[in-house]
This record gives sequence, structure tokens and C-alpha cells, in this order.
Amino acid sequence: MSDAPILEASGLDLRFGAVPALDGVALGVWPGEVVAILGESGSGKTSLLRVLSGALAADAGEVLYRNAAGALVPVHAAGEAALRRLARTEWGFVHQNPRDGLRLGVSAGGNVGERLMAVGARHYGGIRAAAAEWLRRVEIDPARMDDLPRDFSGGMQQRLQIARTLVTRPRLVFMDEPTGGLDVSVQARLLDLIRALVADLGLAVLLVTHDIAVARLLAHRLVVMRRGRVVEHGLTDRVLDDPQHEYTQLLVSSVLAA
Amino acid sequence: MNGWALRTEGLAKTFTLHLQGGARLPVLHGVDLSVAPGECVALAGPSGAGKSTLMRCLYGNYGAEGGRILLRHRGEAVDLTAADARLVREVRRETLGHVSQFLRVIPRVPSLDIVAEPLVARGMALDAARQKAKDLLSRLNMPPALHALPPATFSGGEQQRVNLARGFAPGYPVLLLDEPTASLDAANRDVAVALIREAKAAGAAVVGIFHDTDVRDRVADRLFTIEPRPEASRSAA
Repeated sequence: MSDAPILEASGLDLRFGAVPALDGVALGVWPGEVVAILGESGSGKTSLLRVLSGALAADAGEVLYRNAAGALVPVHAAGEAALRRLARTEWGFVHQNPRDGLRLGVSAGGNVGERLMAVGARHYGGIRAAAAEWLRRVEIDPARMDDLPRDFSGGMQQRLQIARTLVTRPRLVFMDEPTGGLDVSVQARLLDLIRALVADLGLAVLLVTHDIAVARLLAHRLVVMRRGRVVEHGLTDRVLDDPQHEYTQLLVSSVLAA
Repeated sequence: MNGWALRTEGLAKTFTLHLQGGARLPVLHGVDLSVAPGECVALAGPSGAGKSTLMRCLYGNYGAEGGRILLRHRGEAVDLTAADARLVREVRRETLGHVSQFLRVIPRVPSLDIVAEPLVARGMALDAARQKAKDLLSRLNMPPALHALPPATFSGGEQQRVNLARGFAPGYPVLLLDEPTASLDAANRDVAVALIREAKAAGAAVVGIFHDTDVRDRVADRLFTIEPRPEASRSAA
């Protein structure tokens, strides 16, 4: 157990006009930990993810990232070049819509390989072998390496996005509703894949979801948001099995049992 | 070790149901339980008295309303009611095991890996963990052909045997057992009893709910009776 958080935010405020999107939010993520931000549409969870990753500026508050060298990087004061470098090397992003994370006009192997080239890999054979290995890990037949992802199913595209994200071994991965647009059977496969890869690689993950089953399966810890505020947080099974806040009780009791 | 591996002091638990107008259901109050290494304590009391609620509090699955839950973890006393989520995870990985009434099935994960997972989490090499999982599943009369299958389609008794193997494989110093033999046949009940006795002999402190009085008499050193609170009689917990 490491005692220093990899990402730490405090006092985050953000308003869109009169509506508070974030209201005094504080959050920490430790290495090897999957933290899910749970809430309904409009709860502020996607805004929080964007602020934490530096994509959106907050009105107040601070986000600190502890980089691989152990130095604290103030995410919103680091500058665009530094953030781009982090996004290429130590961070990964898995978007709800694979089209936001893939280049559909580039081959599947190219999508994985170009992330490696962005961090300095130059040997063509080595890059191609690594891409094939990652396609296998996400259960895509390496024979499809030269096909374009626009011809892939939604589930395959999402698995390819995960391969593209993880090939560079990021330390911290931001995921926004990674199973959002998929059929239930395709979701289960993807969730299991994410679960196994995250455990194998010891990744820290910040996951945004409105789906309690996804949170239960993937997350060690939950942060429940409503109207820009964290209303409850804690160990995943404690929050879901013994919810304390009225809103969490409503969320949990609204789930249809299979 | 001076005396106990697990103890509660004045443990209280009340459920507040915000969706039912803030109704309050007091279930546990002033629970003082102390369990020594190598001892098995069976929870007793009528249905609805709060046996399962106490078990869930002891695992950190339910938050306590008052009092303390102390565990001997890494040689020190840790108060579970005050521990943050990361410390609870560490305690569960190293010290505190739990066999629930029903296995929570994870899609696509083979039975063998469900059992091996907590071993790997404690640092055992994957091959060794799988071998240990295989031995334990075989001892619970699970044919090897089933080891590679996810337990989603298994019978209740087969799922419970996977659950038992997962709970007993790591050798936790503190073990919580919630109806561990409920869906087992006589032969597998005997294996479960042997596993519990071996865990005790290895120094584990065991707390269990056993509706099967024969099993209870074979493993428990004493009973701990929870008196139902009058207000809690409507609670299903």
C-alpha cells in the first residue's frame, strides 16, 4: 500500500452560469486503485473527470498529480505542453465513444502502434509485434491488424481503444462510461477485460459511470455525486450495501434486479 | 497475541431509511464480542435479531453507528469503524476473510481463478495459487472439468463450494462464515467442518452463523447470543 496519492484534488468549484457543476469537491486516487465517480446525468461527474485531467479549468481549487519521478505536478498550472506530454506518456483516456479515442481511418495495428511511436519507439518490427500482442490481449484476432476500425463492431472498437490506451503502460487512466454505448453481452466481456488488465498492470483508474453494476464490478472505492457535490464516498460494497445518504439510497433502490 | 484477534466494544447499528420518511431501524446495540485466535464463536438468536447485520459490520460491509470493531492486523489493533477504505481493503486482503451465503459471480472468470485471486492478491505466484485452488476445489469434490468454467451455471451447492474454497484458501487469521454449509450435501458438509477445524488449529479466530446445529456443535466453542431489540422486530436483517 502506497501512502502518497497519485492524484489529489481539493476545493474544486465550477459553475456553468447559475448551475454549480462542482461544489467544493475533494478527491484522492492512490496507485493501484480504481475509483468510480457515480451519479446521474447532470450530477457533475463528467465535469469532474475533465477538471481532474486538466481538460477543463475550475473556478477554484487545485489538482495535483504525482508523476513517475515522484514530483508533484499542479495540473492546471502545468501548461498545455506538459499536459500533452502527460497524456501521451503517464496518462491514458478511454472515452465512451471509441471514435473519440481512435483514428478510424488508420489501421487497428496503426492505432496501437502510433501511441508507442509517440513515446519514442522506432523499430517497425518491434512496434508491429507489440501491437499484435495487445490486439490479442483485448481479444481481437491479430489477423485483423491491417483492417480499419471503422469496419469493427462497437465492442471491438472499444477493445481496440483500450489496447491503444494501455500499450504505453500509463500510470493513471481516465475512463468515461467505457461500456456506455454497448449491448449488455458485449459490456460483460469488456468489463471482465478491463477488470483483468487493471489488476495485472496495477493501474490507477478514475472511472465515471452512472451504472451501479459497472461500479460494483470494477471499482475499489466509490464517490457518489449529486448536483456538483460529493454526497457519499467509501469502499464500494459499503456504499452500495449500506448507503447512508438519501440520494445513494435512491440510486441503489432504483436498480432493477436481474 | 494477548487474548483476542477480533473484538467489538459497544457496537451499535441503526439503519436510517431516508426513502421511508427517515424511519430508523435500530438493530444492534452495545455488542461486546471478543474472539481469541483458534476459537470459533457461533452467533445465536432468533431470526431478525441481527446476526447477519453483525457479520456484515464485522466485515466492514455495513458501517457501524457507534462503538468499535478491533482487529489484530499486522500485529497492531486496527479499528475497522474508523479505518479508511484503503486500509479496509488491506485488512481484507491480509487478515479478514469472509464466506458469504452466496457466491457473487463475476462473468467469464473460471472457478479456478475465482479461488486463486485472493492468493495472487497476497503475492503468491499465479501457478502456485492455481495449484492450491485446484487442490482445494478437488477436496470439495469439484470435478476438474468444472474448474475451468465460470460458476454462473453451477448449482447452488457447487457455487457454494467455490465460495468456500475462495474463503479458506488464503488462511486468514480472522474468518467470518455466514451459513457456510447451507446448500451442501452431507459429504461436503464434512469437508467444510474439517476446513473450519483446520483453520482453528492454525490459529484463526472464526465467527459463524450456522443454522445447521450439527455443524455448529462440531465446530463452535461457544455461542454468542444476540437479543432482538423490540423495535427491530420488523427488520429483515
